[in-house]
This record gives sequence, structure tokens and C-alpha cells, in this order.
Amino acid sequence: MAESFPEIRASVRRLCAEFPGAYWQALDRDRIYPTEFVETLTREGFLSVLIPEAYGGAGLGLGAAAAILEEIHRSGCNGGACHAQMYTMGTLLRYGSEVQKQAFLPKIASGALRLQAFGVTEPTSGTDTTRLRTFARREGDRYIVNGQKIWISRAEHSDLMVLLVRTTAREDAAKPSDGMSVLIVDMKEAVGRGLTVRPIRTMLNHATTELFFDDLEVPAENLIGVEGQGFRYILEGMNAERILIAAECIGDGRFFIDRAGAYAKDREVFGRPIGANQGVQFPIARAYVQVSAAALMVDHAAALFEAGEPCGTEANMAKMAASEASWFAADMCVQTHGGFGFAEAFDIERKFRETRLYQVAPISTNLILSHVATHVLGLPKSF
Amino acid sequence: MKVLVPVKRVLDYNLKVKVKSDQSGVDLSNLKMAMNPFCEIAVEEAVRLKEKGVVTEIVAVSIGPEQAQETIRTALAMGADRGILVKVDGDVEPLAVAKILKGIVEAESPQLVILGKQAIDDDANQTGQMLAALLGWPQGTFAFKIDVASDKVTVTREVDGGLQTVALNLPAIVTTDLRLNEPRYASLPNIMKAKKKPIDVKAAADYGVDTAPRLKVLKVTEPPKRQGGVKVKTVAELVDKLKNEAGVL
Ligand SMILES: Cc1cc2nc3c(=O)[nH]c(=O)nc-3n(C[C@H](O)[C@H](O)[C@H](O)COP(=O)(O)OP(=O)(O)OC[C@H]3O[C@@H](n4cnc5c(N)ncnc54)[C@H](O)[C@@H]3O)c2cc1C
Repeated sequence: MAESFPEIRASVRRLCAEFPGAYWQALDRDRIYPTEFVETLTREGFLSVLIPEAYGGAGLGLGAAAAILEEIHRSGCNGGACHAQMYTMGTLLRYGSEVQKQAFLPKIASGALRLQAFGVTEPTSGTDTTRLRTFARREGDRYIVNGQKIWISRAEHSDLMVLLVRTTAREDAAKPSDGMSVLIVDMKEAVGRGLTVRPIRTMLNHATTELFFDDLEVPAENLIGVEGQGFRYILEGMNAERILIAAECIGDGRFFIDRAGAYAKDREVFGRPIGANQGVQFPIARAYVQVSAAALMVDHAAALFEAGEPCGTEANMAKMAASEASWFAADMCVQTHGGFGFAEAFDIERKFRETRLYQVAPISTNLILSHVATHVLGLPKSF
Repeated sequence: MKVLVPVKRVLDYNLKVKVKSDQSGVDLSNLKMAMNPFCEIAVEEAVRLKEKGVVTEIVAVSIGPEQAQETIRTALAMGADRGILVKVDGDVEPLAVAKILKGIVEAESPQLVILGKQAIDDDANQTGQMLAALLGWPQGTFAFKIDVASDKVTVTREVDGGLQTVALNLPAIVTTDLRLNEPRYASLPNIMKAKKKPIDVKAAADYGVDTAPRLKVLKVTEPPKRQGGVKVKTVAELVDKLKNEAGVL
């Protein structure tokens, strides 16, 4: 089947060729943010792909964004440092006022403002989002925010953050999913004035952090939509996020298959290429089958999203299939490379660590299975 | 100044081709096609001349199937202003291409035509030279460096054993070598803009050219498989092998 957006993919491949393995290896060692890579993607317009033309973006659909991220990952680069700049603005675009959109979107499109931090997860509520406790109290023309968030990626590399808070306690809300609101936080204003950002060192270079809110003041005009309706506003963004992360997994999977295939043809042991042994070639072929199947699910979910159809289940299933396919491919690729799979210079071990994340974030596999079991198959609820 | 840049759609240079089992040619079915790398260099050079203010309009031309539109779009995304597709199915030999280009040059009156020195599919390296002959224009082939001044173009050429610099009166033909520049990739906004730029569709007959092949391909074969080498221990052994086994001394 012909690939989608061939001209966009070709440009992204060229761009990524300027950021080879050595670039990522050096950053990875010291957990440094890939500023130059992100600036190049921004300058060449690839991160504003989803922003409508009226606000200075390319006005393309999710399929184009998925193609860009897939190629980034297939090239051995990592979109994790900036993928959120593509879709976090979706909440603002869909539910923000015209004044808010005019104020932020053109600058997000040009890259003058980075909106790539999305604050949902909390240490005490985990995946159970309706139990989040960070609270914003309305006082006149501002909100006073108190609480804590964890795993908030790119907070130090973002000018704005979309923050999900409670504005009504869970006990006092009509439904558990009511009483949450979305605020836009100006990071420059906030840090040191009620917001503390603490980086968390992880097994991959992902610039993730912990956030502490201590009487942080946020202007009330930064509320998106109607107070109390925030949970609904972020759900759509989450579908976009899952589909795009799945596209990154497809790219990772193809990277591992490309590398394993090339190595298996080249590496000679016992007087012949290791790829001549079925014990080596079958796992590569299996990875290809799995990645190909998952890629169809990603395309399907993206098409539903673009058509404005409900796609929560499809986005979840695509993310799960793609993250498992890329993980199988990662493991296969290490095994195919033998000892060299562990060598930094081959990039396999780095990509292996990077792709592992996507079975946990942005939503873990069990929660997807639980959604499918109860919402799709009608099995009894476990929680 | 107007520049004409012909661009050819060829097999993506990253891919390997297989010879068809009947030896009539190579099998291109389902393979990814892209712009000939030397044509990319030609487009890049034209765009740089435009950025310098020397060139005002770049017209990209492709002679080939319907899908060659994609190749023209790539040129438009890099910075060409408009395109002309001369739709021809099947192989078009360099002479037919040069004749069609001559027709386009007569209709468009560019001051400069920049072509790739060859296409990586058949490696003919003929079109630019034939076009120069048909038009009676001067040619600077295998360009390593190009300088355009009002009515002259100075071309530094890659020749065996070094570089040669020639000055040509405009209008002129230039063909690009590998080291002339490094072609850019298109930004997303430019890819979007390219979709809106016009492409005229023409037929070979519009230029009165018959594209029927004049050459007959007898057969196409795979190059011989590379054999493993041997290591020699002494110079004497090497000389002996060159003399008695390879028969080259
Ligand atoms: C590097 C990184 C970056 C991240 N970036 C962001 C970000 O930018 N913004 C943000 O908001 N969040 C971010 N996250 C958070 C991420 O979305 C969560 O870690 C993820 O959703 C899992 O939540 P948790 O860690 O609280 O796990 P928990 O909810 O504590 O779950 C732990 C494990 O138990 C399983 N589990 C829990 N409940 C059940 C159940 N009922 N049945 C079966 N299994 C269950 C889960 O599947 C999981 O495997 C990031 C995380 C990481 C590691």
C-alpha cells in the first residue's frame, strides 16, 4: 500500500538525517533536552501541522501529524520531546474563547509560545483521574491553585501548560467526572510564584517533572470553557494523544525492523549471514506482521478522529496494539544484534528504553483492557 | 530572469532494482519513486539564484507519466513557481526529451536551463548536451559552481583531473554535478503552498515531437555477482597473479 503524505514524510526524513544517532546518544547520556532538533522541527512548520491555517498552522488532520511522528521515530529520532506541541492546543482550539485562541494559537503555530505541558497525573490518584485533588479556588478575578502533579513532561520547556484541576470537590459534584476544570498556566509567571518544578530522572531522556502548587494565582480569564466541564474537554485531546503516540510506536517498530533486517543480512557467523537462519528471520518477520497490523489500527483510529466520529475505543486499541508491537520489535532487535544490541553506538538500547514507556504512558495497558472488557464487551465492572 | 528546470521521476535512490525475468528491463512495480538526485541539485541551484535576486521565476518541467506531477510538486515545494507536465507514458529517450524541452524553451523563453547531468535510472548523460545542440546555445556541463552576472554565466566544471571554468553567454544550458550544492528539504508550509501552485498539462504532440523509441533494448542483465577476494603475501605473488591469472600485465 502506498504510504500516506509521501511529500511530508520525505521532508521529515531529510530533516531527521541531520540528527543522527550520535546527536541523541550525547543528549541521552546527560539527559539534555534536544533543543536544536525541536527548534528545527518548529522552524520548518512540522509542529503546527494541526493548527488551522487561519491561526497560522498547516490546517491538516491527525493523519498528517501521525505521518510526521512516525517518520521521526523511524529515523531513530524521538518525538517525545515535542509531540505535545502538536496536540495540546486541541483543547484550546475546541473549547477556548475566540479571545483566547487569538491570543495563543498564532504564537503556538510560530513556535513563539510552546504549549507542550499537559498536567493531569497526580501521585495519589494515579490513573483514576476523577480522584485528582489539585484544587483551584475562585477568588474574584483569579483562581488560587494548590496541590501536586507528577510525571508532567516538558514543564521546563514549555511557556504554557494545560492544567486539569478540581474546582468542585468530588463529594460535592453531581457525578465524579463533574467539577473539574481546565486552566492555562503561564509557566514564566508561575514558576517561583506558587509553582515549583522538580525534574525526575528516569530511564529515558524525557524531561519529565513533578509540580508543586502552593497558592499559585491564575487569572480567571485563563479558564477554558465552562467551569466544572474540564474533564469532557480533555478527553478528546487524550484520543489525539493516544493515536499520535501509537504512530510513534509504529515508527519505532519500523526502526527496529529496518535495523534488525539490515544487520541480519550483513552479520556473518558460522560462515553465513545470521539472517539465513529461520530462528533469526522469523522474529523479524513476526515483528513486521505485528507492526503492519497495528499500523492499520492507527490509520483507522486517525480516520475516525478526523471525521469527528467517536474514537475512544479505537484510539485505545491502536495505542495498545502499537505499543506492544514496538516493544516486541525492540526486544527482537536487541536479540538479533546479540552483544551489539547493548552498545550505545547502535541506538538500539536507547530506542528500546524509549519505546518501553508507551505501554505505561499516556495510559497503561491494563486500563485499556479494562475499557475494552467493560465498555465494548459488556463484562462486569471491576472498579 | 526566468529559469527552466527539467525534473525526472526515477526510482528512489535508496532502493535496489531487480531485472525482469524476461530481461526486457527492470521491474519498477510497487517501488517508491522520487526526484532524480541530480535534478534536485538543479532545483536547489535555481532556488538559490532566486533567493539571491538573480532569478525571478522558476519553471519546473517533467516529461513522464501522470505521477510525475508529484515530482513537480516536490520542486514547487522546494521553491519553484509553477510547473509543466508533458504527459508521456512509457520510456522517453533523451533525444525526444531534448526535443520537447526545446519546444518548451521556445514557448517560455528562459535565459537559463539547469538540468541534472544525468538521471540515475539509465545514466545516459545526454539530455542537456542534446538540448544545447538543438537550440544552438552554449553549455556548461557537470557544474561544480555557478555564477550568474547580467548576460553571462560562469560555470566551474568537474572534469577528469580537476576543475575547469568556462564563461557562457546567456541564454545557456547548465548541467549539475553532485557537489554543486546540498538540496534542501521542503518545510511544511512550503509543501502546503506547493499544492496551490499551478501545473500546466501538455502532450508531446503539443510540441510536435514523436516519442517513439529509436533505440531497441536487446536485453538487460544483472551485473555479475562480486566474487570474494584473496590476500597475497608478497609483491611477487601479486605480480604473478596479475600476469598469469588476471592477464592484465
Ligand atoms: C516518562 C513519563 C512521562 C509522563 N508524562 C505525563 C504528562 O506529561 N502528563 C501527565 O499528566 N502524565 C504523564 N505521565 C503519567 C502517565 O500517564 C501515568 O504514569 C500512567 O497513566 C499510569 O498512571 P500511574 O503511574 O499513576 O499508575 P497507576 O495508576 O498507579 O497504575 C500502576 C499499575 O497498576 C495498573 N492498574 C491500576 N489500576 C488498575 C486496575 N483497576 N486494574 C488493573 N490494573 C490496574 C496500571 O495499569 C499500572 O500498570 C507520564 C509518565 C511517565 C512515566
